[in-house]
Amino acid sequence: MMNPVLVIALNTFRESVRDKVLYNLLLFVLLLIAASLLVAELSLNQEQIVIARMGLSAMLFFGVLIAIFIGIGLVYKEIDKRTVYTILAKPLCRYEFILGKFFGLSLTLLVNCSVMLVALLAALSVLAYRRYANQAFGYINFGVLPAGLLIYLELLMVVAIALLFSSFSTPVLSTVFSVLFYIIGSLSQDLLVFARSIRLVPAKYLLIGLYYVLPNFSNFNYINIVAHDFHFVSGRKILFATVYALLYICMLLVLTSVVFQKRNFK
Amino acid sequence: MQTALKIDKLTKDYTIDFFGTKKKRALDELSLEVYEGEVFGFLGANGAGKTTTIKILMGLIYPTSGTAEILGRPISDISSRRDIGFLPESPYFYDYLTATEFLTYCGNLFRIEKSLLRGRIKELLRLVGLEQAADIQLRKFSKGMLQRIGIAQALINDPKMVFMDEPMSGLDPIGRREVRDIIISLRDRGKTIFFSTHILSDVEVLCDRVAILKQGKLAGCGRLSDLQQQSDTTMEVVAHNVDKEAVEKLGELAVSIRQTASGVNIRIRSEAELERVIQAVHQHKGGIVSVYPVKTLLEDFFIKGEKQSEDGVCGHPNSGS
Ligand SMILES: Nc1ncnc2c1ncn2[C@@H]1O[C@H](COP(=O)(O)OP(=O)(O)OP(=O)(O)O)[C@@H](O)[C@H]1O
Ligand SMILES: [Mg+2]
Repeated sequence: MMNPVLVIALNTFRESVRDKVLYNLLLFVLLLIAASLLVAELSLNQEQIVIARMGLSAMLFFGVLIAIFIGIGLVYKEIDKRTVYTILAKPLCRYEFILGKFFGLSLTLLVNCSVMLVALLAALSVLAYRRYANQAFGYINFGVLPAGLLIYLELLMVVAIALLFSSFSTPVLSTVFSVLFYIIGSLSQDLLVFARSIRLVPAKYLLIGLYYVLPNFSNFNYINIVAHDFHFVSGRKILFATVYALLYICMLLVLTSVVFQKRNFK
Repeated sequence: MQTALKIDKLTKDYTIDFFGTKKKRALDELSLEVYEGEVFGFLGANGAGKTTTIKILMGLIYPTSGTAEILGRPISDISSRRDIGFLPESPYFYDYLTATEFLTYCGNLFRIEKSLLRGRIKELLRLVGLEQAADIQLRKFSKGMLQRIGIAQALINDPKMVFMDEPMSGLDPIGRREVRDIIISLRDRGKTIFFSTHILSDVEVLCDRVAILKQGKLAGCGRLSDLQQQSDTTMEVVAHNVDKEAVEKLGELAVSIRQTASGVNIRIRSEAELERVIQAVHQHKGGIVSVYPVKTLLEDFFIKGEKQSEDGVCGHPNSGS
């Protein structure tokens, strides 16, 4: 006997599998193999940098696509196709439905990101082994692991954002809003710098306020650092990013549940 | 008798434009009670507000005002849903699931134990005639099959009360008969059934009591037999070989008269006129094909309702048909 949230989450996961969402992994692996073959001419350090960076960037890119496009469909499709009627007439609260949808896509992304990380590490290992044989272990860039974790947290935030928009808006608008949010969120550090340089006081505080309200994805972007320094992200940074992401996601889910609770399904 | 459903002055205004200034009243102070163990027919023409009512009861939309209780609990209390089954209007389900997977999903939402659920799914698939389709994805289902799987999911929790929004729509004659049989067998097992329809014959066969909805308002409610006794039973006579002259004469006797492929269709108000009609037909060397009573009550309600909405006058029960 499962909790309804889990039931819905597992079904959402099954849906994305049957909709062949995970096929993007094939593309990712092909990309990795092609890149690995191409970087053979570079020196070892560069090899690891290029592959780590490319792998993590692709992981973020595919992940954001899934998070936004599938995320928006999560609720919208159920309302549009009226499958939601049957489900919400069963003994579960509307917020449980929202949570189930969120965790379902989170699970899809977890599988997606994990497979990608494993493939990426495998590629890095093969490259290191080709040069250093038995001493290869010390040359593998394990920094991609914490960087991957941060990317995953970032993706969960994007899912929560897409879910919020799709709970009250049309798919097209939701997509536009989500993409906009993602871009602004990625540039939010620049937004802060810009805001501080402004003289006009109301505009300044408006922008600073916006900086705090909008998601700050720079907390999660360690792709360049990890690729270059060949180092782990510090534990404190990971902790901070995790807490930040969880709080932000909770806030969005509460908001989405409130909006969804009020809806009339026509 | 215990009350299974109690609706009290339920009203729903839909906002039509974006700003919510224009409103349409889809349901107007609807009050009614359904008793336990009843098969209750919820009748109304297209757009009368049947689906609106049922959606409110299922918590899918919120009423503008008014309240309702199902099995003694307010509709906002989701615990009452444990004992309720619901078949939406022209249902659509997750098309990537097979019939069995979908029913398992629904059963899991009710937290039904695994072994119990497996048995029940088999039983339900047999009941709705989908055994052969158990492992087929719902995207490959026809409209009638979707309707059937919809009925199966509505019964997955062995509910005390079942709400069905047009359970017969999309079904062929065999399917309709099967759904009737299902409803009857549910009643025999003591379930309460509330279903909406605009098909009168379904109601006449199945229902203990009916409510008739007209533009969001309750136009009538009660025991079918009581309501029918109040009105005269009209009769329909089909005759053939009737010439023009005879038709004219018959027209004086009949409520309505109409040429059909098989002859003339003559409607009369009561049995008293039957003798004279038969005489008249025979006088003109015609033959009687059939004579049968027509219960017009429900039709009356429909037609009257529509007439009233058009010109505010009660139309004649049989004009139009
Ligand atoms: N989402 C909506 N927005 C605005 N008006 C609506 C909405 N849904 C229904 N209505 C209106 O409310 C009225 C009742 O609709 P409802 O769907 O309840 O009728 P119904 O009795 O189920 O009809 P049918 O037999 O065609 O299914 C109709 O006039 C319809 O136009
Ligand atoms: Mg309807």
